[in-house]
Amino acid sequence: MTSELDGAGGVLTREPIRLRIAPTRHLISSALLVAVLCAVTGGALISAIWAPGSPVILGFQLGLTVVIAAGLILVIIPLIGAIQASRVKNPADRVEQRTKSAKSRQRAAVSMGVAAAVLVVMGVIYFLIVNDASVQKTFLQPDLMILSFPDILAAFGQNVFIALVAQVLVLIWAMVIALLRISKTAAMKPLRSLATLYIDIFRGLPAIIVIYLVGFGLSFTQIPGLSDLSATWYAIIALTLTYGAYTAEVYRSGLESIHPSQVYAARSLGFSYLQTMRVVVVPQGIRRVIPPLMNNFISLQKDTALVGIIGAVDAFNQSQIYAGNHFNLSSVTIVAAFFLIITITQARLLDRYLDRQERKRSGA
Amino acid sequence: MAFLEIENLYKSYGPNAVLRGIDLSVNQHEVLCLIGASGSGKSTLLRCINALETIDEGEIRLDGDGISGPGVDVNKLREHIGIVFQNFNLFPNMTVLRNIAVAPEMLLGLSREQANERALGLLDRIGLADKANAHPDQLSGGQQQRAAIVRSLAMEPRMLLLDEITSALDPELVSEVLSLVRELARDGMTMLLATHEMNFAREVSNRVCFLHQGTICEIGTPEQIFTAPEHPRTQEFLRSIIAAGRL
Repeated sequence: MTSELDGAGGVLTREPIRLRIAPTRHLISSALLVAVLCAVTGGALISAIWAPGSPVILGFQLGLTVVIAAGLILVIIPLIGAIQASRVKNPADRVEQRTKSAKSRQRAAVSMGVAAAVLVVMGVIYFLIVNDASVQKTFLQPDLMILSFPDILAAFGQNVFIALVAQVLVLIWAMVIALLRISKTAAMKPLRSLATLYIDIFRGLPAIIVIYLVGFGLSFTQIPGLSDLSATWYAIIALTLTYGAYTAEVYRSGLESIHPSQVYAARSLGFSYLQTMRVVVVPQGIRRVIPPLMNNFISLQKDTALVGIIGAVDAFNQSQIYAGNHFNLSSVTIVAAFFLIITITQARLLDRYLDRQERKRSGA
Repeated sequence: MAFLEIENLYKSYGPNAVLRGIDLSVNQHEVLCLIGASGSGKSTLLRCINALETIDEGEIRLDGDGISGPGVDVNKLREHIGIVFQNFNLFPNMTVLRNIAVAPEMLLGLSREQANERALGLLDRIGLADKANAHPDQLSGGQQQRAAIVRSLAMEPRMLLLDEITSALDPELVSEVLSLVRELARDGMTMLLATHEMNFAREVSNRVCFLHQGTICEIGTPEQIFTAPEHPRTQEFLRSIIAAGRL
């Protein structure tokens, strides 16, 4: 078959285009090597865990073994898939060759990725059982954990109370500061400057210093009503001051992100500046900053562990008493677990809430 | 005495003079269209009238009372003069019904039931009663713009300013918005509208005003402006509109 193109430039007579099909064998052999390394390390770890006279407690022995075994299985499954996919039935069929090569390479890569993670986990396990399982005995001694649990749980109520009250106060106080900060009229300038100064100071001071100054300072002042509060309330005041500054800036970014056309629309209907803020700007602005607000609150919740320095008995303080009496940190591990449980739970609940909101808005 | 009177209005943004001595009056029940190239000052003029922009010089009077300059209760003024924007600007944090009801409820002292009833009546009139509980982003552009128009109407304004209300719409959605405006004109609403829809301007308006670089170049009946423009600038503008197939 000839054409004019053929004659003129030889466009159609050149060699046919055949894109290279990536070979699979290098990736598969690498994945095999890594898997073998994993298996050897895992085997060594398991035999160390079950060695006669091992100080590792039975529950941990079982748990760690299951983790290692599960990890190894997760490495091997995709590796088998990679090897199977590398077998091409009809080498002349380029489509088959190409799809199988892609599949095989992808499986081999997954196998190596999992293996890397498993090696890291096995490193942590080694850290737990090394040196006569001293790490496990220091941080994870079950009898001490059970012994200290009730007292620490009760004291954790103190942390929760401080966090809840401070959060409510922060939500209101920070909005006042943020609204002052974005005000524009000449009359508001002095208050606007004060708000800026407040944010500069309390965002710059470490929370522990504010807690210390408020907790000890206010009780020295002899001011009626302020000097005889409990350590808990001093902690609430200090955390509100500190996190009020952070949260005011979060609010401000949210309020300023609302397009001016929304303000024009509200003002043009006859709403005053404050009504416009209340009805249109603040509701939209807050919605946009819910994730960073949550960040601030999680941070605040964690900082309730600092209140021990002014004599409030919180969970961390309580756990330190156990740690001191037993020369062991397992009680502190309990507190750590408490904090993780509440913060992770909140983060997941927030994700779900935001998802639902998103679906409600786009659906219906 | 005209309902709205604008006298010798000047407005600049820094060194950029946008309005340079505008004299214009709008009678009650009159529909006046502002036409002109982008940047000729149409939008700025509308925004000056309901005090979304301050003016540098001149005076604006509504029903014989001065509404420009310091000390004017702009919130009360805006209850009387509604404005509808190019980009609808509905409040995304509220349902369509609340968008319309919130201002009458908070500003006119209506109860929530009365305000919702008024809003529902307006939505029914534009055939969107079934969207009352939807959020604005679930509506088409044309539906949003019609809801924005009745949001202004819910305040029962004496006059409506429409700022290129079809410019952000897909072509097939323009007509539903224009028929609503046509209906308002028939009902006797006083309207001042900036528009690029020349055919619509010709059909709906009592007078047409051609703005050029911040001054009124020519003003007259649609017949006069569109068939026998006198000023060379107007002739040039209309020639290019016709060349683009928009008239």
